[in-house]
Amino acid sequence: MRANTLSAEKRRKNLLSITLGVICIIYVLPVLTVAINSFKLNTFVKTDTFALPRGEMWAGVSNFVTGMTFGSYPFWKSVLYSVVITVLSTALILLCTSMAAWYIARVDSKFCRVVYYLCVFSMVVPFQMVMYTLSKTADTLKLNTPWTIPIVYLGFGAGLAIFMFVGFVKSIPLEIEEAAAIDGCSPIRTYFSVVLPMLKPTMISVGILEIMWIWNDYLLPYLVLDINEYRTIPIHIQYLKGSYGTVDLGATMALILLSIIPVIVFYLTCQKHIIKGVAAGAVKG
Amino acid sequence: MKPKHTSNSRALSRPIRKWWWLFMGPVVAAFIIGFVWPFIQGIYLSFCQFRLISDAKFIGFGNYLKAFNDASFRHAFWYTALFAVVSLVLINVLAFAVAYALTQGIKGSNLFRTVFFMPNLIGGIVLGYIWSMIFDGILSRYGTSILLQTKYGFWGLIILMCWQQIGYMMIIYIAGLQAVPDDMLEAAKIDGASKSQTLFRVTIPNVMPSITICMFLSLTNGFKLFDQNLALTAGQPFQIQAGGTAIKTTEMLALNIYNTFYGQTSGSQGVAQAKAVIFFILVAGLGLAQLAYTRKREVQQ
Repeated sequence: MRANTLSAEKRRKNLLSITLGVICIIYVLPVLTVAINSFKLNTFVKTDTFALPRGEMWAGVSNFVTGMTFGSYPFWKSVLYSVVITVLSTALILLCTSMAAWYIARVDSKFCRVVYYLCVFSMVVPFQMVMYTLSKTADTLKLNTPWTIPIVYLGFGAGLAIFMFVGFVKSIPLEIEEAAAIDGCSPIRTYFSVVLPMLKPTMISVGILEIMWIWNDYLLPYLVLDINEYRTIPIHIQYLKGSYGTVDLGATMALILLSIIPVIVFYLTCQKHIIKGVAAGAVKG
Repeated sequence: MKPKHTSNSRALSRPIRKWWWLFMGPVVAAFIIGFVWPFIQGIYLSFCQFRLISDAKFIGFGNYLKAFNDASFRHAFWYTALFAVVSLVLINVLAFAVAYALTQGIKGSNLFRTVFFMPNLIGGIVLGYIWSMIFDGILSRYGTSILLQTKYGFWGLIILMCWQQIGYMMIIYIAGLQAVPDDMLEAAKIDGASKSQTLFRVTIPNVMPSITICMFLSLTNGFKLFDQNLALTAGQPFQIQAGGTAIKTTEMLALNIYNTFYGQTSGSQGVAQAKAVIFFILVAGLGLAQLAYTRKREVQQ
């Protein structure tokens, strides 16, 4: 009797596994469709979307070759600017907001409280509210290049980062820092050699959230950057469709494939951190 | 409750204060440029008529009246609200079901979790083009396109958002489900509760906080949606109104504001900014309700 219910339970679990497996296959189909269409001649993408690129449909790597220079802007440049903007902005946000968060958590003043509550408030303000005035301000201050746009990201993205860092710093016992201070450590040294190493787990979570946001962000860089000069990957892909009457769908799919491969590789290598970071950001934000 | 740290420890706080400009300076400066100033200026400009910010003229509530009388804005509001509610229900039911299945100790749980979460990392613009190719690949067989019917655009966007968001919500639900105390489930089993009784009487009440967070998140995500909307249909198809004006039937609030700012009708920036303020009040209201709720929960614990 007992063995019977056990095997019924086992059978139920196996059935669940198989069902989820099938759903998983359906789940990756969109990405596979992109992959097969990136090797298909443009004219067949719309008519035979789900067919394998065989026979006359096969385009080899020609889509990738056209994609590189397609849309009157070289693709590698978009990749380069995307990397520059994401790396610089994330580094700047992590350094500056963690320093500010430590100060806010350790110094009890009106100024700190005002900054903190403004940060919390900024988290619920949608980008559309400030997009027009922000892009004009950024223009006036010449923040419209990939090397200066990190300042805009720091300003608009400070809220969540400060919120998460302050929450974490408040949970670190004061004694360690006090001991450092009594031993004659300056605040700067205390921060960099005592506090910063302890912040590592939150650094990773915040970093992941910022990277995911900035890498995929379309509207902010589109409005702030000088678009003839600098484009990021999302802007590049949006322009493929925007500037032409007929779109080379094969080349578009090739570029989309190229742009999601690094994301998937990044995801598979840092999966644990990414999922942890996302969960932390969601529960707190 | 945890004792509150005495954060104004003398040994620490006095020397730090001298360095306030180094620790706070960069963030505060950037925060003013990137948020505070644009926000204040945005509020002010919503009461002005302007083409360039330099020649803004104060006109009171005129922009707000125009915004409320704009048929495309009202349509976008109802369309967005409907979208947000439908996507909220579908995403949360499906994400909870997947999370529940994945916490039953079945084979391949980790692999499934990895796959379900993956679409979350793909950006909105790219997602839009991937799905527009897929939908057109299907619909072209019937001689139509996602751009030709409002209902295709609506359900297309729902499918897209489910594909993207289920994995995200699933992660939060899994964390919630794993925190349900084992002895509670054990006790239910010993008392002879059936599987569904345990689910509805023990498990779901225990993961209520996660459910609330996910519902708020998917609601605000739905309201703020922009990239996917732009890339999938960009608001098409058009519909001619009684007055002869055309509205974009699949245009959501964020895209409507964007088009009012940067569209063909010049001189409508004031109206667009007023719409943006209305939009902000709407989204911030949802966000603050969520914050208030999480706060309350933290106090209770």
